[in-house]
Amino acid sequence: MPKDTGIGASTKRREDIRFLTGKGVYTDDLSLFGQAHAVMVRSTVAHGRIVSIDTSEAAGMPGVLAVFTGEDFKEVGGNPAGWFIKSRNGEPMREPKRPVLAHGKVRHVGDAYACVVAETYAQAKDAAQVLADAAVIEELPAIIDMKAAAADASNRVHDEIPDNICFDWGWIEDNRAAVDAAMKAAPHVVTLELTNNRLVPNAMEPRASIGEYFPGTGDYKLTTTSQNPHLTRLLICAFVMGIPENKLQVVAPDVGGGFGSKIYHYGEEAVVLAAARKLGRPVRWTAERTESFLSDAHGRDHVTKIELGCTKEGDILAIRTETLANVGAYLSNFSTATPTFLHGTLMAGPYKVPHVYVNVKTIFTNTAPVDAYRGAGRPEATYSIERVIDKMCRELNLDPFEVRRRNLLTPDQFPYTTPVGLVYDTGNYQATLDKAIELGDVAGFEARRAESAKRGKLRGMGLSTWIEACGIAPSHLVGVLGSRVGLYDAATVRVNATGTISVMTGAHSHGQGHETVFPQIVAEKLGIPESSVEIVHGDTAKIPFGMGSYGSRSLAVAGSAMDRAIDKIIAKGKKIAAHMLEAAEGDITFADGKFSVAGTDKAKSFGEIAFSAYVPHNYPLETLEPGLEETAFYDPGNFTYPAGAYICEVEVDPDTGKVDVVSFTAADDFGNVMNPMIVEGQVHGGVGQGIGQALCENTSYDENGQLLTGSFMDYAMPRADDVPFYTVDHSCATPCTHNPLGVKGCGEAGAIGSPPAVVNAVIDALHRGGITHVTHIDMPVSPNRVWQAING
Amino acid sequence: MHNFEFVKPSTIADAIKALSAEGAQPLSGGQTLLPTMKQRLAAPDVLVSLTGISEMQGVCMGDGGLHIGAATPHAVVARDAARHYPALAALAGGIGDPAVRNRGTIGGSIANNDPAACYPSAVLASGATVVTSQRRIAADDYFQGMFTTALEEGEFVTEVVFPIPERAAYVKFNQPASRFALTGVFVAKFADGVRVAVTGASNNGVFRWTEAEDALSADFSAGAIAGLTVAADDMISDLHGSAAYRANLVKVLTGRAVTAAR
Repeated sequence: MPKDTGIGASTKRREDIRFLTGKGVYTDDLSLFGQAHAVMVRSTVAHGRIVSIDTSEAAGMPGVLAVFTGEDFKEVGGNPAGWFIKSRNGEPMREPKRPVLAHGKVRHVGDAYACVVAETYAQAKDAAQVLADAAVIEELPAIIDMKAAAADASNRVHDEIPDNICFDWGWIEDNRAAVDAAMKAAPHVVTLELTNNRLVPNAMEPRASIGEYFPGTGDYKLTTTSQNPHLTRLLICAFVMGIPENKLQVVAPDVGGGFGSKIYHYGEEAVVLAAARKLGRPVRWTAERTESFLSDAHGRDHVTKIELGCTKEGDILAIRTETLANVGAYLSNFSTATPTFLHGTLMAGPYKVPHVYVNVKTIFTNTAPVDAYRGAGRPEATYSIERVIDKMCRELNLDPFEVRRRNLLTPDQFPYTTPVGLVYDTGNYQATLDKAIELGDVAGFEARRAESAKRGKLRGMGLSTWIEACGIAPSHLVGVLGSRVGLYDAATVRVNATGTISVMTGAHSHGQGHETVFPQIVAEKLGIPESSVEIVHGDTAKIPFGMGSYGSRSLAVAGSAMDRAIDKIIAKGKKIAAHMLEAAEGDITFADGKFSVAGTDKAKSFGEIAFSAYVPHNYPLETLEPGLEETAFYDPGNFTYPAGAYICEVEVDPDTGKVDVVSFTAADDFGNVMNPMIVEGQVHGGVGQGIGQALCENTSYDENGQLLTGSFMDYAMPRADDVPFYTVDHSCATPCTHNPLGVKGCGEAGAIGSPPAVVNAVIDALHRGGITHVTHIDMPVSPNRVWQAING
Repeated sequence: MHNFEFVKPSTIADAIKALSAEGAQPLSGGQTLLPTMKQRLAAPDVLVSLTGISEMQGVCMGDGGLHIGAATPHAVVARDAARHYPALAALAGGIGDPAVRNRGTIGGSIANNDPAACYPSAVLASGATVVTSQRRIAADDYFQGMFTTALEEGEFVTEVVFPIPERAAYVKFNQPASRFALTGVFVAKFADGVRVAVTGASNNGVFRWTEAEDALSADFSAGAIAGLTVAADDMISDLHGSAAYRANLVKVLTGRAVTAAR
């Protein structure tokens, strides 16, 4: 019987009532007295030297209040990279300054080099055009192609970086010779070159920021579209603007999707704060959709050569990769971690592979910065591994299911130390594979294929057995690996005098459903109704210092902090109860919302204890503080390792090349599941984005660095009719061994595991249809590309 | 968007007068013009709305076939033309999404003559007559290349008259992002022959595939065009489809339209 409340119940998302009825309050919904409007002036060339910017005409236009250029921010700091990487030769990565507004040079189309603030949006827009027309920017040759960028020392994105290489990273460099030897000795080597296509995140809500300055106190306030307000505050205060942290409040109200793109601090946030200070008025900025395409941090964009050494029977002996990762024009905050420690460390997959070596060269180009996007590095790793295994199966005529089974780690092998530096704590990869085979009716595939063939369609089936490292992240480990921040999280559980609860969490919900799930856990642990619990997030003035939401970490890290804080509440409650019940603290038990003296019927309800804490008339004041509020910081002991098996079936129309995903089965191990409905929704969304990457989405720059896919007219987002009804299962759970809730995280899984399943299915369909010369098609596997491959 | 004057006349005569003003431009459903204005790529001084003119609204049978007022939204054509000309109604019902279909109009579509729009193929394949504020223009004379028509300055479409074929069908292949026609083919079989019009594919806009028309006039079956080839020379090549791919689609979709024709 499914539960109807607490942990494991499919409680309906309370936040959806306001989201679905238009009652959400997003940054752009706020209208402040005296507000002024900012419009960014963005480069229309990919690469250029700023010769002069004559702001005088724009500044004199009707309604214009202020004009800013890079010159105004010359003295302040740059937006830093949050992760330090060392090259194979021991040299530090190259870290060019990322200014608030471009100064000296513009480095990508959409690079903001000026800002106009005016009484109205239209006036700011008019003046921005005049300013753009008056700016003299000498166009330089654009550096777009990664290979060319690394090969040409004369043409530089940053003048001080001769080869446009940020770093050349080897993981693990000490293992390289052994991996090379194993590859050389392998009876068979499969080689595959592939591209992991660049994606634009396209959150439904574009980025927006409002800066305020209060001259009476010298305080600043920034309301912004952020996945992590404390991190944004830290970056602005400590690195960019030098405002003391205690003088800046950062608020991220309702946020309409992020997918990673709203983790990072962007220059516009600093500009509106500086403008607010100068004018003494609130200054607001909201991206137009075109600006989102041009200036949000993009995702993926790897070109990889992967080699896999194996036996003729399909035992994997060694994996070696060489990747060029596009970082764009500047280092976004986590751009250096994504292609390295979120990618290279996953290159053993869920398999027992003795030898793995990963090389990543990260390249500057005149394109928008690239950073973490749903999955971040792990989809790139999974795609490379699962595609090359599929190719191995074709070359050696092996069954892809059996090959996976042969190589997957078995439950008795945990904890398992991979050759790329991770320790998988637990899992049962055979179980999820078996479940996917059952739910996906693999046995019935041949009949379905024959039926498709009658309609002229080629049907194929693709498999992906994937793993990810999330619940980011153990601070001591990431510190060793180069992170410049800790990745713990925090929660304050405040029991109000009447027994209701406010939880201040460092996690940030921008669609995930924290407002529903976190109360389920509190309710379960304290024996009170979910409706008595409220989640407070997204405001640095209210919440403890937490690191926000990304990397499938909210529940595993911030949820664990909350769990610890609740334990502290219970422990204090026992002390209070012992006093009130005149019993020894050790004799007090807590269950079902009641503190009881063991072995008696003497008990006090949770509400009575709470009331007593705030009205401490009968209370051990000499030994115990009044009040009932506890804070916990939680630093995870390890990453968590969700894993699963995905089976995709497609039909290919050989005449048009159109691919239809006709079924998709996802059997996942997320550890303990708090709310199955929300988990299912997360998988649907993730797989939808994965199908989008596999079939539709692509970010295309021309050779001059103009974004060809700069609107939804050319950037193909997946739509409802591009995706099938999913079959989703998470019953094969092996609880995480090192966090109190036993949870692993589910937010990114779908986007990580699905792209190779889709592409493998397409190649399978072609082969079964007799089109055996096609061994690979790069994503997106669009109709045009499939048709060209068939007829190529 | 820049400021503009807005007028909404209720007769064709008043609209003609309003459009004689300096910087005036007709506005129908606004599905192309308004986004262009929002992007500040167009800045007309006066917008003359054509949607308040009752004589430009609606679908009815009359002399020469089915008369569709130029300001009739796609959704109305999809509903009201279904009894008379199902292939045309189906085409209208497949344009964009419900919001687009309830604002966008047939007159706006063919006046703009976007090379990827659906309607031009139906107008050309049906041998329709485009009635304007000044004259009647045969479809074969009306479309003159990408975004180019026979319309003169100040002239606007008031009505389109479609002869009704014995059988017809429109099959389009969606551009994956915009869902405009990457290529669309309208096949119409009349007693005196078959007309095949192709949209989305050519650098010259909508065109008739006359070789297929000849073959299908002799034998109205998908097999009749099997031996034909489509030259890729004048085809559009872009991110979503090469010229060769579009040439292939022309043939594939023509065959499918013949099979689907009712």
